[in-house]
Amino acid sequence: MTPTLRRRVFLVAAVVAGALLLWGLTGLPDYGVYAGPYGDVLNRVAVAERKAANVVAAVTFDYRGIDTMGEEFILFAAVLGVAILLRAQRDETEQPPDEDAADRHAPATSNAVRVVGLALVGPVVLFGLYVVTHGHLSPGGGFQGGVVLATAALLVYLSGEYVTLRRVSPEVIGDLAESTGAAGYVAVGLLGVAAGATFLANVLPLGEPGALLSAGTIPVLNLAVGLEVAGGFVLLLSEFLEQTLVIRRPGEVT
Amino acid sequence: MDALPVALPLLVAAILVGLAPVCPRRAADAATLATAAVVTLLCLALLVRSLDEPVVYWFGGWTPRDGIALGVAFAVDPVGAALATLAGVLATAALTFSWRIFEAVRTLHHGLMLVFLAGIVGFCLSGDLFSMFVFYELFSVAAYALAGYRTTDPGSVRGALNFAITNSVGAILLLGGIALLYGRTGALNLAQLGQSLATGPADRLVVVAFLLLMVGFFVKAAVVPFHFWLADAYALAPTVVGVLFAGVVSELGLYAVARVYWTVFSAPLAETGGLRGVMLLGAVTTALVGGVMCLLQHHLARMLAYATVSHVGLTLAGFALLGPAGAGGAVLYLVADGMIKGSLFISVGIIDHHLHDVDERRLAGRGRHLPWLAALMVAGALGLAGMPPFGTFLGKALMEEAAVETGLPWLIGLFVVVAALTSAALLRATGRVFLGPRGGAEAAATRSPDEAAVRHPHVHATQVVPAVGLLAGAVAVGLAPGLADAVQDAAGRFTDRPAYAAAVLRGAGDLARAGAHPPLHLVGPALLAALSALLGLGLALAALLPERLPPRLRGGVARAWGPVAATLRGLHNGSIGDSVTWLVVGMSTFGGLLVLVVR
Amino acid sequence: MSHLPYVVAAWLLLVGLYGVVTSRNLVHAITCLSVAQSSTYILLLSVGFERGGTAPIFLDVPVGTKAVDPVVGALALTDIVVGATVSALLLALAVQAYKHHGSLDPERLGREQD
Repeated sequence: MTPTLRRRVFLVAAVVAGALLLWGLTGLPDYGVYAGPYGDVLNRVAVAERKAANVVAAVTFDYRGIDTMGEEFILFAAVLGVAILLRAQRDETEQPPDEDAADRHAPATSNAVRVVGLALVGPVVLFGLYVVTHGHLSPGGGFQGGVVLATAALLVYLSGEYVTLRRVSPEVIGDLAESTGAAGYVAVGLLGVAAGATFLANVLPLGEPGALLSAGTIPVLNLAVGLEVAGGFVLLLSEFLEQTLVIRRPGEVT
Repeated sequence: MDALPVALPLLVAAILVGLAPVCPRRAADAATLATAAVVTLLCLALLVRSLDEPVVYWFGGWTPRDGIALGVAFAVDPVGAALATLAGVLATAALTFSWRIFEAVRTLHHGLMLVFLAGIVGFCLSGDLFSMFVFYELFSVAAYALAGYRTTDPGSVRGALNFAITNSVGAILLLGGIALLYGRTGALNLAQLGQSLATGPADRLVVVAFLLLMVGFFVKAAVVPFHFWLADAYALAPTVVGVLFAGVVSELGLYAVARVYWTVFSAPLAETGGLRGVMLLGAVTTALVGGVMCLLQHHLARMLAYATVSHVGLTLAGFALLGPAGAGGAVLYLVADGMIKGSLFISVGIIDHHLHDVDERRLAGRGRHLPWLAALMVAGALGLAGMPPFGTFLGKALMEEAAVETGLPWLIGLFVVVAALTSAALLRATGRVFLGPRGGAEAAATRSPDEAAVRHPHVHATQVVPAVGLLAGAVAVGLAPGLADAVQDAAGRFTDRPAYAAAVLRGAGDLARAGAHPPLHLVGPALLAALSALLGLGLALAALLPERLPPRLRGGVARAWGPVAATLRGLHNGSIGDSVTWLVVGMSTFGGLLVLVVR
Repeated sequence: MSHLPYVVAAWLLLVGLYGVVTSRNLVHAITCLSVAQSSTYILLLSVGFERGGTAPIFLDVPVGTKAVDPVVGALALTDIVVGATVSALLLALAVQAYKHHGSLDPERLGREQD
């Protein structure tokens, strides 16, 4: 279809679809009225049963832990796909990265950005670790904390220290962290099977709600997920940065 | 233990990818193949166990309280287990085929294949709607990553993008449907959802939720008009992946619609006889468009893609009859057809690997030294036509009988015609590649100078055995004694919502044992299948030897066929914007029709 | 007006899809897909909202306080991760598209001949 025709067809279809959606959505209970039993039951019993103060974490890693395992491996597969897609093609060369990337027409990093960026790396890592380990006690958890940890690597790049970042081999570390996290999650699940219960059963001691070491396998799973997410996003970052700063195609003029 | 079919491949995948830099190639190959084989055996064991009563496995030990499911369950019945086993069989066959194919990032590729397999198995075995969604996204994302593999091919990038974007939109719609259902019932477990909805009417929310779920799954199933992404995805996927695509992925979309309908929506929506009509409309359109497009293709993988589309239409027709008989036939057809298409895809892979091309026009006559491959492909084409002893024959017989019982005998005509179209395309291609005269100037120009040295490449056993094995599997499914009865029993349980709910939520194992089923009349369907095959053969010959046709007939057909072909080709142009537009058009059309028939 | 969040979700979906359909730049199209995805986050979270409810974290408040639904929080979390990773994959494909065609315009990406 020509673009104009496509737009018209789409608009007509979208109006009909929109009307249908709205018609269906009005069948929902009013906003602010939660009728279903699932959430209420869990809110009542989760803390007592799992000694985890954060019920969302209990749902994510215990009641519906298998969904989180699937989600973790979705991240795994996507990062793997990016790695496969962005590997250097046959006719490309790898050039040593130029930090200031003079041929990229980007402004040089100012000293203020450098200093502040690098100064923030430490606190960001600390904060990320905090979010990961306290997932069962306060908002946060493996996914959120893992992303915060990955932004530490991004901060290094933004501060203009890409060469330093590259020297740390972020790809290797990211790959290892990601695989360990992913395998770790499944291993904890199998721990439940080994202990005679079902897969992903919470078989570690539960402790008391509010303590750092409570809720059995939930903090362990948080750590595994945090490791995996941090590793995955660092890998993603380094792959994309390689494309921009390192890989050159023959005869390319930027 | 029941979680192992999903947990094991994921664990091995993670370990393989982590050890990728240091792992020797053959060790990774062996580990992957072994894992796929183990998964197949585990799913087969589940299938056998589920024949008596559903196998219900609550993760984390969270059994339901007072009918409220707190955790996530695998609720395995023979239909789900059969599809999971099919996926395992196809994966094992595909990995055996690729044993001798050398590729660069192999270990990473294996990791993705195992994740793909794990996602499919989890999807088939799951009894929870959101869990189904997560596994659906798992195998979808693995598929996007695997399809984008051959990015050295410039044209393949748009195909990969089209695939990923269109399927992602489908997933968004799925999630919308799930949110709607959750808002009404506060449940995510299929059985519990069904119980909640059973007491209410089929009001606006139920209809729109069903629409969203149906459309979301139809995108994966490649029902028209949600199918525009399929041919490109098949064309650019490597054979290993294509076998799974062709064999099981599209069928999973249909399985999901059937599963969700029978466990969640059958109570409120059963009164509406119009739903059958809406789904049949989709089925007929899909079958016909797929069949015609199949004939128009010269690229072997695209031909298989449209054969898949048209057979999805036929399978959907079986499910759309909304009864156990039709559903049983559809499942049997689906399993056998999946194996046949898997075998055909491997054959195409062999052609690609040895003749370095997949266009039937450029391949004309170059396959003369591989007569056994021609025989394999002809057998596959006959299987697609639904000839006995293939399982497709038995499945079609069941569906045809169900169609007559439901008062829709014209469906038989659809089955005959569509089977003829797809087998015609395959037979034509086989004839051209293996028997045709060495093509004209076009083929000579594209032939590379060192082809003379590669005159008779050696085809290794690891490439042939899987193709033959899959065909044998399709025959075994067709000939196994008592299978027709077992399938009908399983279908009876598949369509029995209260029994499913009781088994999942209360662990009640007692299921009303259906009485012995009347024996199938097989002579009629056999004649119809032979008719399909003959029609297919006739069409193929007409295409291969047009000069033998009377000129008036040739001219008339060309005049009628030309505009149809041109329109269809123009519509299937691979544009991303077009695919998404058609998706929305399809959603509004199906939605409008549903509203009209349910009110 | 009590259904306003749901209307917003429907609007986001359609606007995002419009962007995907009419886009002339792949990065723009992928971002529009993210917009369409965000409609599901809003729908999920609105469905689980309880007016006057607090977060379902019972560290400082006793168990039994009215709280919003934790399950939709977990579902939305899963959804966001999935959306982000699919976007990353699509962007990698866009990078490949640019490398092979020198353009990010979906209309100008070639296609294998039939």
